[in-house]
Amino acid sequence: MSDRQLIDHDTLSTLQEVMEDDFARLIETYLNDSEDRLSAMQKALASGDGEALRRAAHSFKGSCSNIGAATLVAQCQHIESAAANNRLTGLETALVSLQGEFSQVRHQLVVYQ
Amino acid sequence: MHPSKDERLITVLVADDTATDRVILEAILRKQGHRVLSAQDGEQAVECFRTERPDIVLLDALMPKLDGFDAARQIKSIAGEELVPILFLTSLTDTDSLVQCLEAGGDDFLSKPYNPVILQAKIRSFFRMRTMQRTMLEQRDQIAQHNEHFLQEQTVAKQVFDNITSGGHVDAEHLRYYLSPLAVFNGDVMVASTTPAGNLMVLLGDFTGHGLPAAIGAMPLATTFYGMVDKGFAMSDILAEINGKLKSILPVGLFCCAAMVEMNFRKNTVRIWNGGLPAAYVYRKDGRVEQIKSTHLPLGVLNNKKFKADPALITMAHGERLYLWSDGIHEARDAEGEMFGEERLLAAFAKNQKPPALFDELLQNVKTFVGHGQKSDDLSLIELLMAPLSSAYVTPGAEQATSQSQLAEWSLVFEVKPSSFAIFDPLPLLLSVLLEVPGLRNHSGTLYTIISELYTNALEHGVLGLDSSIKDDPEGFERYYQLRRERTQAIKEGYVKITLAHKTHTEGGSLAITVADSGRGFVPNERTEQTGNEYSGRGLKLVESLCDALEVRGAGNVVAATYCWHTDD
Repeated sequence: MSDRQLIDHDTLSTLQEVMEDDFARLIETYLNDSEDRLSAMQKALASGDGEALRRAAHSFKGSCSNIGAATLVAQCQHIESAAANNRLTGLETALVSLQGEFSQVRHQLVVYQ
Repeated sequence: MHPSKDERLITVLVADDTATDRVILEAILRKQGHRVLSAQDGEQAVECFRTERPDIVLLDALMPKLDGFDAARQIKSIAGEELVPILFLTSLTDTDSLVQCLEAGGDDFLSKPYNPVILQAKIRSFFRMRTMQRTMLEQRDQIAQHNEHFLQEQTVAKQVFDNITSGGHVDAEHLRYYLSPLAVFNGDVMVASTTPAGNLMVLLGDFTGHGLPAAIGAMPLATTFYGMVDKGFAMSDILAEINGKLKSILPVGLFCCAAMVEMNFRKNTVRIWNGGLPAAYVYRKDGRVEQIKSTHLPLGVLNNKKFKADPALITMAHGERLYLWSDGIHEARDAEGEMFGEERLLAAFAKNQKPPALFDELLQNVKTFVGHGQKSDDLSLIELLMAPLSSAYVTPGAEQATSQSQLAEWSLVFEVKPSSFAIFDPLPLLLSVLLEVPGLRNHSGTLYTIISELYTNALEHGVLGLDSSIKDDPEGFERYYQLRRERTQAIKEGYVKITLAHKTHTEGGSLAITVADSGRGFVPNERTEQTGNEYSGRGLKLVESLCDALEVRGAGNVVAATYCWHTDD
């Protein structure tokens, strides 16, 4: 586990206040959403569908920003922009790096569950 | 309708395909006390809107099936006139995408990550806007409805008004007038009619205020005016009656500035009463202009005890003209807002070359001054010309109302007692009886003259013992009336008895008028000698010329006149 702070804990504690008892369910929802978005991105990239990739990256970016995962937001933005311009070459690396980053975020979120 | 609309539960529709974002937004909204509906794509959002009609819609831009832009368009079209605020949920940052949101009908954005404080502020503000717009629509519909109603009523009112105020058919020879079409609803009213004695009676009124309330007062004014003028009531009685009527029906603050004029074309005299209108102008033959300023309060202000209906008496030679106007002319403004005013009015008189053209010159001057494109629609102008009566006048309404009761054979005796001499004029009462006889209606003017002359003779020479020779010189006139006033006040004994007897035959009928008084009478011969005289004695000669027979009986204190009429008159 990295020492790097991947999530903004202020954002998370605000969410905790708002969500109260539903907070654990929110984290679970986010983790499920994220798995879905990541596999959608993989599929889109494999089939060379730039538009689908852009949309998935955009949606993933939105939920990451709501949960306070700033580094994930930046990486999603990079993929979204490249896909929007249909520059798909080299995005495999970016996607792998995004997945790696996400599993670390998942680890850090465990404490909130 | 909803007293606490602002406090009402606000229903918010949240449409987002990303569960995380949706869950967070729903939680925040619920916590802030709103009712939340959710949808996972655009189609669901539109369907939910159609069935649930939420107050505010929060839409994610990128959604499967139907994206946020198309959903926004459909929701706006379903909402129609109603304002349904749509806020786009977005992490979009480029200008083009934001513009696209607004073009699709979005009203604002809410960016991710969500900020509860900003969210709450936006929900509140958009809900206020929606409530205001809804109120506005309701009021707009109400106003439209009221306006339609009002226009309908006004059309009807205008018809009624025209029917009532156009009761007089006045000879155009002595009267010219201009009332702009909209003047009625600016509160201006003009009524004119001929009295049984052949005098022209005109009243110009200007009600305070505008529109329907101002026009409404004109109706009792007009009906009273026509009713009383036809029956031969004196100007002061008519003014007092109108004043009393307006005082009792008009609310405080609403009254009628008015000027009333009676033109006597036989004696070349004019009675004029001005209560609150701009000064009337008498245009003399030598070019002088005399102003007759308002010396009274408008009609409908004072109660009748305090009201003074004492008209001024002036003489006007043939060819002289009298002008009446409401303040529309004085206050007509040019493009710079300057008023036409009295100076320009007097200048127009000074510049006039031919008096008959003055009326048109005045109107033209005002219209030129005001110029085009400006409102110049509340001008009222009346011109009265003193001239001999050229043709027999027809009593207004003479051809109408033949369906009333057919009074044929009858007689009445009417006795005026001392205490009534000063305050009561029996003529209107008697004339109203005579007008019930269909065949006599067209003769009311002549009958008025006959009875009025006989009554005046009986009262003044018989009962009061006034010597008509006093009137021989002009100064004596005033002395005569002074004496008349004194004696009518002081008199304790005496009477004037008027007997009217009417019978009909196949081709018409005849009316016997007998006037007897308690005086000592006179010797008819003396009378005849004086008939060539300027003033005195003229009465009986005039009566004789109007009647079919005239007989002086007794000691000269009974005079009997017979007046015949024919159905083909």
